[in-house]
Amino acid sequence: MTPFQYARANDVADAIKQIATDPSAKFIAGGTNLIDLIKYDVEEPTRLIDISHLPLRSIEQTSTGGVLIGAMVPNTDLAYHPIIEQRYPLLARAIMSGASQQLRNMASTGGNLLQRTRCFYFYDTATPCNKREPGSGCSAIDGINRINAVLGTSQACIATHPSDMCVALAALEATVHVAGPAGARTIAFADFHRLPGNTPQRDTNLEPDEIITAIELPPKGFSANYSYLKIRDRLSYAFALVSVAAALELDGDTIKEARLALGGVAHKPWRSSAAEAALLGQRAEATAFARAADWLLHGAKGYGHNDFKIGLARRAIVRTLGQAARGTPQSLSDKKIR
Amino acid sequence: MARSGTAKLTTRTASVPEKIPIRLTVNGSQMELRVAPWTTLLDALRDHLDLTGTKKGCDHGQCGACTVLVDGRRINSCLTLAVMKEGAEIITIEGLARNGELHPLQQAFIDQDAFQCGYCTSGQICSAAGLLAEGKARTPNEIRELMSGNICRCGAYPNIVAAILQAMERS
Repeated sequence: MTPFQYARANDVADAIKQIATDPSAKFIAGGTNLIDLIKYDVEEPTRLIDISHLPLRSIEQTSTGGVLIGAMVPNTDLAYHPIIEQRYPLLARAIMSGASQQLRNMASTGGNLLQRTRCFYFYDTATPCNKREPGSGCSAIDGINRINAVLGTSQACIATHPSDMCVALAALEATVHVAGPAGARTIAFADFHRLPGNTPQRDTNLEPDEIITAIELPPKGFSANYSYLKIRDRLSYAFALVSVAAALELDGDTIKEARLALGGVAHKPWRSSAAEAALLGQRAEATAFARAADWLLHGAKGYGHNDFKIGLARRAIVRTLGQAARGTPQSLSDKKIR
Repeated sequence: MARSGTAKLTTRTASVPEKIPIRLTVNGSQMELRVAPWTTLLDALRDHLDLTGTKKGCDHGQCGACTVLVDGRRINSCLTLAVMKEGAEIITIEGLARNGELHPLQQAFIDQDAFQCGYCTSGQICSAAGLLAEGKARTPNEIRELMSGNICRCGAYPNIVAAILQAMERS
């Protein structure tokens, strides 16, 4: 571990000012990922700017019928908030599918978006990794890549984004509110995380001197027909091999609107407008779901150990859409997939 | 690996940050200590305050042995910087008993034989205390799900669930 200085930010403006004066500084909120990475010498900030005390802890309805979630709201507070449980249960279920209760109590909403990949080689500083050390090579492509991506990969990186919460936020089409020296701006969730391309060291389009202040949910929560299904090596407390967030709006058994996002398979939550369009006007049944799965997995490519993810994802998509259509979302505690 | 070369190490050690004074309430007592910025709450408890009931297992937030309650919530003390908890109220395994009486969870772990080697037990019990306070788990399946952040390598899980159920029924 590299020694670092510690400073506390008093407000958002102070946080932006502090990060601007020190390019090797990092913000710390929940710390659940950053402290781990510091212990492994993957991250080596010389200064941590503590933003955990910033007054960004409210969950409020917006004038347009959506919800604004402060970036420092702990994951558990968000998942258990009555508005989220009732109007956005897909988000609540996705959050509760990730990590452990101890970590969810610590982890912040904004930090969840910024967690780094759990690719083994990113963590192992004895091996090349383009995300950790640009230009050093990707050890996963020809290595142990069972947990790695099958969609949107590049020659430089096949890492996945580890979040469950972000898969639901992608499906719900949330907006990320950020602030920086040039003022405040918003980023559509689909544009927040990046594909690896030739710059896998950049996970997101957040600038280094910017801070996430809030996540905004649009009014539509799909609370009647949704499901979040997470497939992993253990029944709980493990990262997704594949996860599916599905949300439908039905008219009888005809699909009026569909949202579908995958976790565990790409460098960002994976959506496809073609897959969602393919469901519109269709009867909510397995043949339509399978067609949507084909669209969503279009171009998927395995790297050996992770080939199984493509078939697993196809079946998981069909199952999750079925659960959503029936109004019987996947239970968090009963692990049987029905 | 060669990437952290000698030159870099030298420059870094030349500017070792000062220790920072903090105040914590630990098991009801006001504590004042001076910690390095990178001292975790776990190390502060064990090495500065000699409260060694809280265990260091993986030190990476994966095993739950270091679980303590901070302002009433269970967290992994190994991934928490002590300086960030200035002013917080910490409860560790040493602070659960009241007036010489074991906490209902401590008694239940004994009654149900809920441990073998015991290394994970203080984390299990603090985590279970957090679980009871949350009030979200009612069934064995829900207990298992919400206790999944605590690993027991001896595999005492069935008895741990039984102990938590016992404490739940009696509280």
